[in-house]
Amino acid sequence: MNSIDTETLARRLRAHALRMTNRARASHIGSCLSMADILAVLYGAVLRVDPARPDWAARDRLVVSKGHAAAIVYAALAERGFLPIEELETYSADGGRLAGHVTMTVPGVELSTGSLGHGLPVAAGMALAAQRAGEAWRSFCILSDGELDEGSNWEAVQFAQHFRLEGLTAIIDYNKIQSFGTVAEISELHPLPEKFRAFNWGVIELDGHDHAALLGALSGAPPLPGRPTVIVAHTVKGKGVSFMEGKLLWHYRNPDAAQLEAALAELGA
Amino acid sequence: MRTETIDALTDYARANPDVMLLTADLGYSVLERFAEALPAQYANVGVCEQAMVGIAAGLALSGRRVVLYSIANFPTLRCLEQIRNDVCYHDLPVMVIAVGGGLAYGAQGYTHHGVEDLGIMAMLPNMAVACPADPHEAMALLPQLMERRRPAFLRLGRAGEPVLHAPDTPVHLERAITLKQGSDIALLATGPILGRALAAAEALAARGISASVLSFPGFRPLDENAVLAAARGHRAILTIEEHSVAGGFGTRVADVLLGAGLAPRFGKWGVTDALRGKIGSQAWLLDRLGTIEDHAASLL
Repeated sequence: MNSIDTETLARRLRAHALRMTNRARASHIGSCLSMADILAVLYGAVLRVDPARPDWAARDRLVVSKGHAAAIVYAALAERGFLPIEELETYSADGGRLAGHVTMTVPGVELSTGSLGHGLPVAAGMALAAQRAGEAWRSFCILSDGELDEGSNWEAVQFAQHFRLEGLTAIIDYNKIQSFGTVAEISELHPLPEKFRAFNWGVIELDGHDHAALLGALSGAPPLPGRPTVIVAHTVKGKGVSFMEGKLLWHYRNPDAAQLEAALAELGA
Repeated sequence: MRTETIDALTDYARANPDVMLLTADLGYSVLERFAEALPAQYANVGVCEQAMVGIAAGLALSGRRVVLYSIANFPTLRCLEQIRNDVCYHDLPVMVIAVGGGLAYGAQGYTHHGVEDLGIMAMLPNMAVACPADPHEAMALLPQLMERRRPAFLRLGRAGEPVLHAPDTPVHLERAITLKQGSDIALLATGPILGRALAAAEALAARGISASVLSFPGFRPLDENAVLAAARGHRAILTIEEHSVAGGFGTRVADVLLGAGLAPRFGKWGVTDALRGKIGSQAWLLDRLGTIEDHAASLL
């Protein structure tokens, strides 16, 4: 990967995701934009992965449990060198491999997701594998806030603390909007950090668009030694495109040509 | 057969350190030997079947072969989507062992009646489904399923099932075993209900009806050649399963027959909706389904 800074990478990821959802007339651009900075810091500065060896045994693992944000995940993998940038043009295309939900046929993808609540248990299993083998590689899982309604996540939260899976880091893309409205309206999560503290997790709360804060949290020592870590990342759905920010509509709508142009202009892309 | 199977698994895992056994807090008095012998390859994850399957997938994606242990519907239906997406879609070496298959826990109530598991598991991609009839079949199937290194479901009964085969009987997942050769009707059975099929053949002989009895350790893949040979060599076929007759073993056999253009006299003996809500011992519940010999005789 070119030695670009993560802010530049985040802008590129946003631009790719906007073009991809425009071309494919696909949804979930808002969900992509809210986690652009998290992905940029992970792939740009944190994850120990090697595009030449996607199944390198000692690599760090990233499971993206909010599989509907596939466009920007593929964009990040392309920017990191796992697939050609041009292939992003085949997002959701007939016969292509870039499915509308994160799919393991794409190099660098660790787990196919799309049904919510599946990622964290799998990432916990990966962390258990590393722990039992005495290996230092880490397991990360990005979850949406809405998917925390799924009980299977809380099974994994309980399991991971009991087994003291220090190598596991969950990142909550806490953009406060889920499928039918705000989290507050549908199924309030507040106080979210306290929920994880009560489960004996180490908790870091931060602005999910602050790269320095993300880098510190993702690469620093675990706040509660011997326990898994959750990063509660406060984010804005649609972040980076003014007319999409905080709007439920952009969970579903894809940008038309004019909107794409306006969005790219805002990003300076 | 569960104890024999876990003993066989313990021996296999000792020789194969990549094998891990997970339980969702069930298996008291059964799993201790494994846990004590191989603690680094064992984890009780707590009462959380959905997470258990996901954890297994994560371990499998990290180079382990994983065996999951629980009762009847808990490691199958409760976590069906995790098995479908996380294990089968990714074609991972994860084997689900369910004990108490069929009506083994009959008196515990409908929640514990595992009578849809085989059919549902067999619908999933890449999945092998094994339903051994006795400890001999179970112990032979275990290493075969492990060596396959792909998704598998192994349905066991509980403790104390009689051995139905001679000790030197070869057992293969993909091959039916002929226990009795007759000429009028073929009784095709899967699982421990094979014992009743053998008894039914004796009862039919007393009525002057000659019955073959075949055991199918593999529910999927099914030994289609054995099904076709049975249809060509007999006037009638009766399938016998401790499982719902809707979408179960009989349905799979019928698919094979119709696909080959064969239409023998055909019947399915197994669990129907009439049992729903009834509780009782395994034997008492099975008796409610009518005798296999009467069903067989009615086809001739």
